[in-house]
Amino acid sequence: MPLELIGITVLWTFLYGYLIVASIDFGAGFFSYYSVLTKKEHRITQVINRYLSPVWEVTNVFLVFFFVGIVGFFPDTAYYYGTSLLLPGGIALLLLSIRGSFYAFANYGARQNSSFLFLYGITGLLIPASLSTVLTISEGGFIREEAAGKVRFLPWELLTSPYSWSVVFLAVVSVLFISASFLTYYADKAKDGPAFETLRQYALFWSSPTMVASMWVFMALSRHNEEHFQNMWEIAWVFLLSLACFLGAVYLIGRGKRLGWAFILVMLQFGFAFFGYGFSHLPYLLYPYITIHSGLTHSNMGWALVISFVAGLFLLIPSLLLLLRLFLFNANYVQGKK
Amino acid sequence: MDPTLLSRILTAETLAFHIIWATIGVGVPIFISLAEAWGIYKKDDHYILMARRWTRGFVITVAVGVVTGTSIGLMLNLLWPRFMQLAGNVISLPLFLETFAFFFEAIFLGIYLYTWDRFRKPIYHWLTSIPIIIGSALSAVFITTVNAFMNTPAGVQIENGEVTDIYPLAAMFNPATPSKTAHVLSSSYVACAFLLGGIAAHALLKGRHSTYHQKGLKMTMIAGLILSVATAVAGDMSGKFLAKNVPEKLAAAEWHFETQQEAPLIIGGYLDENQEVQGAIQIPWALSILGKGKPDGEIIGLNDFPVDERPPLYLHYLFDGMVLIGAFLILISALFLYAWWRRRNLWHPWLLRGIVLGAPMSFLAIELGWIYAEVGRQPWIIRGVMRVDAASTTADHVGVLLVVFTLLYITLAVIAVSVLRRLFHHHSPEKELEERRIIL
Repeated sequence: MPLELIGITVLWTFLYGYLIVASIDFGAGFFSYYSVLTKKEHRITQVINRYLSPVWEVTNVFLVFFFVGIVGFFPDTAYYYGTSLLLPGGIALLLLSIRGSFYAFANYGARQNSSFLFLYGITGLLIPASLSTVLTISEGGFIREEAAGKVRFLPWELLTSPYSWSVVFLAVVSVLFISASFLTYYADKAKDGPAFETLRQYALFWSSPTMVASMWVFMALSRHNEEHFQNMWEIAWVFLLSLACFLGAVYLIGRGKRLGWAFILVMLQFGFAFFGYGFSHLPYLLYPYITIHSGLTHSNMGWALVISFVAGLFLLIPSLLLLLRLFLFNANYVQGKK
Repeated sequence: MDPTLLSRILTAETLAFHIIWATIGVGVPIFISLAEAWGIYKKDDHYILMARRWTRGFVITVAVGVVTGTSIGLMLNLLWPRFMQLAGNVISLPLFLETFAFFFEAIFLGIYLYTWDRFRKPIYHWLTSIPIIIGSALSAVFITTVNAFMNTPAGVQIENGEVTDIYPLAAMFNPATPSKTAHVLSSSYVACAFLLGGIAAHALLKGRHSTYHQKGLKMTMIAGLILSVATAVAGDMSGKFLAKNVPEKLAAAEWHFETQQEAPLIIGGYLDENQEVQGAIQIPWALSILGKGKPDGEIIGLNDFPVDERPPLYLHYLFDGMVLIGAFLILISALFLYAWWRRRNLWHPWLLRGIVLGAPMSFLAIELGWIYAEVGRQPWIIRGVMRVDAASTTADHVGVLLVVFTLLYITLAVIAVSVLRRLFHHHSPEKELEERRIIL
């Protein structure tokens, strides 16, 4: 496999990892605040906190990994995206900072504070919206390269584009759907009846907008970037598989059975869609300015990165498994006995 | 104002804020682990409680450290896109490795926090603190190699602003790497020794003469003396490195204009309109000894550099401040240990006040040393390769971002401090020992 393809696959996989773990986290923050608002916090907050507390810091690293990696493999992205994303990136960064620090203030501080919880909950919806604009911009049409290599971002185009709004909408509802289906599974393991019932309803509620949003994104993309849409059409079977996984997951959640499998199906649903989208986006990283062939002109560094990545995985995978064993697949911990 | 200046201010502000929390993040795990190990070994619940209480405060500081660290990581791309486009080819390996180290630390911090009572043997829980120490130290080392590369670029061929050939490991282990990483690590550890020691000394001064705080102070001051001497040794290494590889930085710090042998070291003073040094204490030969290790060593002066490649001259005061604080830290911890050894009054108020003062001073020294290291590289962003004004973003709105992030940092600082205070204020260690039903 050519080096640049290895690079983008590694990075895309990490972004997929971030998509799943961050969605669980963002959605959980929102549900947690929503339950306080509707005076149901006694039902679900405990389950949510028991899951989130040990893993919130890890979530953040997936994102850092992606943006450090993409600049490493494809330095041109730093120039184009860096120059054009100053404001959207700054906003995302501000929201991430508020969210990360206020989680700690709210949970490890001396007392519960509802305004901290509010900030934590609301940023959980705004961050996916602001991060998803990067994917929108990658489709082209929102950046113009003027003379002398000066790159200009066109915020007005972004704000008035139906495609960009469809992506934002999809990001927000997917976050809520992924999160609710995971937490349903977790509440079931915790043998927490009321939490399970509430979360199951959330998951079912958010499933239909997820489907609607996906269709909308397809249609909007066909108008925005026809070339990309054609590429997606050629691998339509991937998206049909995604749809099948979605239907399977909704069926299992609806019946309230085999929720571990239901969540795996949700992961596969987003996995197929995400990798299908990514694959059909190639060779462009930023249409039409950056392709994956623009980076890695220096294979020395490319190989060093791949080697360090493999070495890093040897360290990470056992540690992550230990984390999961201690907090996710440990019946006593999940049920709050220890 | 132009984007370059605004970008410099925002980057400086973010880093200045970040390094406070990053220093705590690197240094405090060592002390938590030491306290827990000693507590398990001696079966002394005071030390176990110490580890627990330090951890509780540590989590809050880690959260702020993580978010400001993410900020600076992304901001480098947003504010210095042309620098990252060029350097991204070369520094991506250490940046990548730094993320791995951070990942490792994050996983085990989660485990450490939530497994205090879960393992059969307490030693297993202590073992999970080791990856936290390794992870935090390694991420400090990797990120410092990036900064070292900006000071003494190596392992790369650059022609007409284009990178033509790269040796990733040579870039990482450039000439500045050994002295920089040694100085960064040792100074982080020493600052945390004085932070934790200062808290204990403060409690003792307030009249809470508990054994808990006395044990804490003894432990941190032993570490404090060893580490502050080690930091001075690392600083001496840095001096010799500068004299050889980045002479203009050392010359600017010492107002050393003419290249000469037997160069004196200057403390304090000011420059008059003829660039003559006035009112300073001069130590003959000391600069030659610092830079070359012998009294007749030749030290290159600032006049050997073109005017537009000289760093600013106010660096002198930063350098003096950092060195004086370092000397003070060695002195005060040595005094404490001397009093302990000779069985004098260890808890003398003036001694305790000195240690309390050492806590903010050691963080001030870190800020001063860091500003000295960064501004000393001006006008270069990569020394000899790329100037700062050629690297910054051309986008508008940097000013908006500057205002927003300034407000964010102020808010975070205020809330973090008040949360930390509330965490410990009404919760004395004695009360906590009682609650845990431990009778000593």
